[in-house]
Amino acid sequence: MTKHLPGPDAGAKVTRARAAENDHNVHLLRQMIRIRRFEERCVELYSRSAIRGFLHLGIGEEACAVGVIEALLPEDAVVATYREHGHVLARGVSMRATMAELEGKIEGCSRGRGGSMHLFDAATRFYGGNAIVGGGLPLAVGLALADHLQGRPRVTACFFGDGAVAEGEFHESMNLAALWHLPVLFCCENNLYAMGTALEFTESETDLSLKASSYRMPSWKVDGMDVIAVEDAARHAAEVVRTGGGPHFLELRTYRFRAHSMYDSDRYRDKTEIEGWKSRDPIPALVEHLTASAVLADGDLEQLEAEVAAEIDDAVAFAEAGTDEAVEDLERFVTSEPVQRLASP
Amino acid sequence: MSTTTYREAMRQAIREALISDDRVFLMGEDVGHYGGCYAVSLGLLEEFGAERIRDTPLSESAFVGAGIGAAMGGMRPIVEIMTVNFSLLALDQIVNSAATMLYMSGGQFNVPLVIRMATGAGRQVAAQHSHSLEGWYAHVPGLRALAPATLEDARGMLGPALEDPDPVLIFEHGGLYNVEGDLADDAGPVDITTAAVRRPGADVTIVAYGGTLRTALGAAEHLAADGIDAEVIDLRCLRPLDTATFVASVARTHRAVIVDEGWRTGSLSAEVSARIVEEVFYDLDAPVVRVCSAEVPMPYAKHLEDEALPQVADVVDAVRRLGA
Repeated sequence: MTKHLPGPDAGAKVTRARAAENDHNVHLLRQMIRIRRFEERCVELYSRSAIRGFLHLGIGEEACAVGVIEALLPEDAVVATYREHGHVLARGVSMRATMAELEGKIEGCSRGRGGSMHLFDAATRFYGGNAIVGGGLPLAVGLALADHLQGRPRVTACFFGDGAVAEGEFHESMNLAALWHLPVLFCCENNLYAMGTALEFTESETDLSLKASSYRMPSWKVDGMDVIAVEDAARHAAEVVRTGGGPHFLELRTYRFRAHSMYDSDRYRDKTEIEGWKSRDPIPALVEHLTASAVLADGDLEQLEAEVAAEIDDAVAFAEAGTDEAVEDLERFVTSEPVQRLASP
Repeated sequence: MSTTTYREAMRQAIREALISDDRVFLMGEDVGHYGGCYAVSLGLLEEFGAERIRDTPLSESAFVGAGIGAAMGGMRPIVEIMTVNFSLLALDQIVNSAATMLYMSGGQFNVPLVIRMATGAGRQVAAQHSHSLEGWYAHVPGLRALAPATLEDARGMLGPALEDPDPVLIFEHGGLYNVEGDLADDAGPVDITTAAVRRPGADVTIVAYGGTLRTALGAAEHLAADGIDAEVIDLRCLRPLDTATFVASVARTHRAVIVDEGWRTGSLSAEVSARIVEEVFYDLDAPVVRVCSAEVPMPYAKHLEDEALPQVADVVDAVRRLGA
């Protein structure tokens, strides 16, 4: 038996691979910080009424959106919920278009028609922004069915919360996707509360991945506070889904650090529970990891933060300089317009 | 010309769509192996295979939502729901997703989906299979609602509905599937935006649609024997309503009777009546009269069901009360 000795460039390959991994991890950190700071700015803007309506923040849950979406390809599709600012940013929709949407401007990613809960973007195949709990799951099944019927090796990632698991649409969709072996990656962001009601008060079986198993769907329990773990699980699952392995289910165990929405006084959660989860904040955890491994040097984090702050400032300025849609156009897009009208600006 | 049935005309429309466009597929409960609960899709599984004639679980919300998703993914799905009563299990997807998607995405995602379903009573299937809830859907912006009442429309509405870039609901009255008649061999697409004058007349306008068209035409024949010349309008498209056609008719005849198998309160007949009053009030020689279903859950017993539904005699009486 011949021993294969490392070739002369093997060391260089390992170094290059490690450098790429380091760069990628810094990218993950940047994405999470972009989302965190964006959400924090939203709170300020809400306080001064620049953003209105319902506003659901993803602070604490950034690793779920970033980890899964990093594992997708541009041709894949994303279906998300009303807590989707992070998902849309991770998917590559500009912060400008996202912020303009929250401010109800025509430059917004849904022309100001959707607002915080209904972010859409055709260019990145981002199908909402669906604010009926569980309502996005059938859509994801259908998008995957279209890919199946057209022979396209694509994945549809469908995000939903633990609350959706109680909906009939969850069970109907899980069954249909498994029955038809469709390429859906079901991503349950289990933050333990359906609005203000804890999982234990709403589910007879609180182990959500067991529900996937009952549909013969492979499932993983993933630490949703660890972006590298989420990405790793999502990448493996997405690869299987893409290559004909049928739907897969990720239970991402996470927590929202803030209340359900800006209207919520958060009476139903124990302060020590919140603090306990905050100690597992995915952002400091990754900073610590990257600092310990000397990927982040002194000043790197500060520079990253400064870049993100500048991006947010720019997005807010863009949104505030944005255009209010003419009221004469109120009824546009109730139904499709003739092609010749769509072609004009 | 050849003799055919409403069911067969609908089946031919589906076949033609499947043959002419690879993106078209049919899915719903029992559409495949069973042949369709009203036998509309009988034989299509054998002809087109299980990928395009898809039997679904009893999961109306999931398969209607999957139709929406597939439509956004580039397909042209035809989703069949057994009855309008069962469509309530998919009401969330139809109203909250299909109807809103284009608008709430700022014009980015249209939903080229067709949903077919049976509606209406008259077959003694009682209070959970007989209602006429199409008026609810006609209430919702973003949807087009069609009611084919003739063989020509059964044959011709589906093609244009599939070409519509937005969701279209087709309401097929369950009592029509066995109706037999002559259909041109080259029957094809029909307009899906206008109402039709099914019988011209000068003395009174009777507005009907779907299952009540035959009732209205039957009444018109009775009235003709009495020397009353009734014009019968078939709404055809329940949303958006072609107001111009029925309003112009009433402006000529000066009297209007609306026949609607839905309940009177908050019904399509109420909408038609309101539009007549809004637009041609001063042309009316008498108040608008409505003939609707009794406001009861549909009973099983034949004599009670008959009593609950608009009958030819009820329409004839209504016209006579107008003094036409």
